[in-house]
Amino acid sequence: MYAIEVEKLRKEFKSYSSRSGLAGAFRDLFTRNYKTIRAVDDISFTVKQGEMVGYIGENGAGKSTTIKMLTGILTPTSGRIVVNGMNPHKERERFVQTIGVVFGQRSQLWWDIAVQESFRLLKKVYRVSDHDYKEHMDHVIETLDIGSLLDKPVRKLSLGQRMRCELAAALIHNPPLLFLDEPTIGLDVLVKLKIRQFLKEINEKYNTTILLTTHDMTDIEALCERVIMLDEGKIIYDGSLQRLKQNWGEGKQIQFQFRDVVSKEQLISLIDVTWEEGEDRHSWIAHVRADDMAHVIGKIVSSYELKDIHIREVSTEEVIRNIYEEGIHHG
Amino acid sequence: MGKYIEMIRMRFLMMLAYRTNYYSGIFIYSINIGAYYFLWSAIYGGQPSIQGMTVEQMTTYVAIAWMARAFYFNNIDREIAMEIREGKVAIELIRPYNYLVMKTMQGLGEGIFRLFFFSLPGMLIVTFVFSLQFTTNAHTWAYFVLSTILSFIINSQLNLLAGMVTFFTLNGEGLLRAKRFIIDLFSGLILPISFYPEWAQDVMKYLPFQAISYIPSMIFTESFTENEAVRGMMFQAVWCIVLIVPIYLLWKAAKRKLIIQGG
Repeated sequence: MYAIEVEKLRKEFKSYSSRSGLAGAFRDLFTRNYKTIRAVDDISFTVKQGEMVGYIGENGAGKSTTIKMLTGILTPTSGRIVVNGMNPHKERERFVQTIGVVFGQRSQLWWDIAVQESFRLLKKVYRVSDHDYKEHMDHVIETLDIGSLLDKPVRKLSLGQRMRCELAAALIHNPPLLFLDEPTIGLDVLVKLKIRQFLKEINEKYNTTILLTTHDMTDIEALCERVIMLDEGKIIYDGSLQRLKQNWGEGKQIQFQFRDVVSKEQLISLIDVTWEEGEDRHSWIAHVRADDMAHVIGKIVSSYELKDIHIREVSTEEVIRNIYEEGIHHG
Repeated sequence: MGKYIEMIRMRFLMMLAYRTNYYSGIFIYSINIGAYYFLWSAIYGGQPSIQGMTVEQMTTYVAIAWMARAFYFNNIDREIAMEIREGKVAIELIRPYNYLVMKTMQGLGEGIFRLFFFSLPGMLIVTFVFSLQFTTNAHTWAYFVLSTILSFIINSQLNLLAGMVTFFTLNGEGLLRAKRFIIDLFSGLILPISFYPEWAQDVMKYLPFQAISYIPSMIFTESFTENEAVRGMMFQAVWCIVLIVPIYLLWKAAKRKLIIQGG
């Protein structure tokens, strides 16, 4: 049984462009130039119960639009969506009972009153029994370490504190499916770590399915085995993060810090790989295949005096950037 | 039902968090009532009654109309408009409740708060300063309470409608301002409907506005006979039901057309 089934999903927005000048403005009053923009273009995928999937793409690639359709906020132009066995749009009230959503840029807590009042209202809204609430939320509150924040009004919380409360609020009814739209945006490393750890834990404990969008690749690396990559409304990659990195990020970068000034010609004549200038004239970075690494280092060490060597793997972030710059088929 | 009651409580708490904002409001309302008190006293001069209302009835009418306004008045139209503009309505749609009912309940929470922290203390101050005429007839009080509840419902319904129009225009600031002015004017808050010219009265018979302020205030000052009072409340009840239709249609259309802005 799939948690999410999406087939040939499409969403088109109509947007109008303004004509220029005063005469154009007058013409706009009567007729407008409509343009149809396809934000999501015939995408299909499935997510199994208990999977943690990273949904990534540049700004405007159609991530949020997809999430809004999956949560029943937007109606698709065409295509089929089944989430938790239901059509999100048709059976809205019954459906939303089975999902939790966190929008990183949007608060769902009541701004002016204490966090626990928001929790209390949501508990009533989702009809959670006292017993279930206590059993489940005591644990959530403890793990996210928000016990001392509960009696503070939301507006007095820091972003990190608020985000942890948002996450707890989305989990009050212990939904089997959780949508997270940029949940770690603007957070410091410690809070990020705490949130990731928490998400892993609930995934293990309740087999919660998590669909996560983020621009922070370290989130994806820490949490998701599978990524779905979106570009201009189309899925350009759907598979394991491991395979993505293997195909795209096999090279290594070696940074040499030389004792003396060395020129690029000298280095190329010694060993013919791509050399890139480092922070100063003493430092050079070699882009090499993993197999060649030992050979390159050996040659350099035997010919020059070095102060430092630093070996770097290509980060997921760079992999993603390369894909967007060059297209998926290039590699 | 529990969730809706919880929402009333919630809004009450929110208002309580900002209660100091309301002390100045009481003062402003008292000045308003005072100004009308002296204005009407001057207009009446020595005359015992105008349009069948004595000067005491008239000043009481003004006072009760303003104090009732504190209860039925709410800003849910503005809130809906804002939540649409900022895309917050998305959050509301992922919750298992009816957005419009929830908004009305918030309005009720606000109304109950103002009744206790605004209208009642305000009324106390006003009765000390001016000579007002409060009935001791239990019937009249019962009618008045019922009628005010109905006026709350109608006013909230109009607010929902006005707020929802912003689904289509995306910026309804001007419309909301016009709506507020029309309600203050045509509801009989400033001037009883019976003082309007005949033709205007005829037109207003077909509009819901007088159900908001005129009818409960006339009941309270006993300017209506019992028969008229009952007919007035029927008028209110009918509008409560009639207004459900455009609300339902507009909400359906709005949901279909919904575009979440800013994301």
